Amino acid sequence: MSNNGWPLYEVFIRTKSGLSHRHAGSVHAADDQMALDAARDTYTRRMEGVSLWVVRSDRIVASDPAENSAFFEPAEDKIYRHPTFYEIPDGVENL
Amino acid sequence: MYTQGLDQKDKARQPTGEETAAQQDAFQARVDAEEKIEPKEWMPAAYRRTLVRQISQHAHSEIIGMQPEGNWLTRAPSLKRKAILLAKVQDEAGHGLYLYSAAETLGVSRDEMVGDLLSGKAKYSSIFNYPTLTWADIGAIGWLVDGAAIMNQIPLCRCSYGPYARAMVRVCKEESFHQRQGFELMLELCRGTGAQKAMAQDALDRWWWPSLMMFGPNDADSKHSAQSMAWKIKRFSNDELRQKFVDVTAPQAEFLGLRIPDAALNFNAETGHYDFGEIDWSEFHQVLAGNGPCNRERMEKRRAAHDDGAWVREAAEAHAAKRAARDAA
Repeated sequence: MSNNGWPLYEVFIRTKSGLSHRHAGSVHAADDQMALDAARDTYTRRMEGVSLWVVRSDRIVASDPAENSAFFEPAEDKIYRHPTFYEIPDGVENL
Repeated sequence: MYTQGLDQKDKARQPTGEETAAQQDAFQARVDAEEKIEPKEWMPAAYRRTLVRQISQHAHSEIIGMQPEGNWLTRAPSLKRKAILLAKVQDEAGHGLYLYSAAETLGVSRDEMVGDLLSGKAKYSSIFNYPTLTWADIGAIGWLVDGAAIMNQIPLCRCSYGPYARAMVRVCKEESFHQRQGFELMLELCRGTGAQKAMAQDALDRWWWPSLMMFGPNDADSKHSAQSMAWKIKRFSNDELRQKFVDVTAPQAEFLGLRIPDAALNFNAETGHYDFGEIDWSEFHQVLAGNGPCNRERMEKRRAAHDDGAWVREAAEAHAAKRAARDAA
């Protein structure tokens, strides 16, 4: 018996209103609806979610960790994007 | 705990041609700095291999572990106990799935892992090769076996491999109910009739030593633990965890009014720990080798469940195919 016809889906859960969906794990399923049901049964037995997303793993486009330094390099030395770069004298309020 | 049988098979400990000393050092530096290793990041082949084996063995243990407790679902003494036991067994299935999911991030397929379990090639925790002979066994398992598992799993929440650590956090949240329901079950039996208390004592007598064996061989006989510790997969040694388990559980047994079946068990005021007797390692090795009371039965049941469930898988595939065809038309 093979799972060959059963693609892998990544599961994302919003635990309550106001929070974003977070990655919880994965399930194998024959189709999208089954993936949703499987995700509910596997990851929310204790009402851990108000919303579930399932996405086929092969549809996810991810950055390559091996390329991290080159990929994120532009941001690395722009320290002026941080508020701490700017010196505001004492006595100035609300800045 | 889930590394039984790992030691013998892993011969390739030297870095291969493709893994330079520089890469290994950089990896070790990350681990030493308590950085988590995530999927697709560079890792030594041996690190990947050892994790695939450990995580998949852990997953198989959860799945097989459904059987000894599943055995009493139809004979639970009350609706409350039945609902509780159902919930626990469902959790074990869920734990197995979290762990298969984590293992798959290392590049092994679900098919391969399930295939290895069904063929008998893969190992699972030896504790599940013991039978559940009475209702009190369900209490003993929750209290002792889940108790031992918790002791092992809490440090794993900090293991160096991200997906395994996160799966363990999820598991630990659910595991504490498992232990509490077991202890509460034992408590109710101990406060009941003489026969009920005797049943509880008998279950403790049979499950105590196998639970201690769950922590694996003594440190002196556990030569390959050192690499797992260096890679921060393993955080505490077998003996450390086993000692902690005894220290925590002995007072609980006293509270229940039960006697732990170890004449050498004694609180040592000097060390602040309980001294305890020697484990019969020959039994452990027999069970590991496949000669425990239930090894064959566990595998037969797992294979039968897989085969008997084939029609469900086939129906799901047929349904999916039919809908896909209809949508395409």
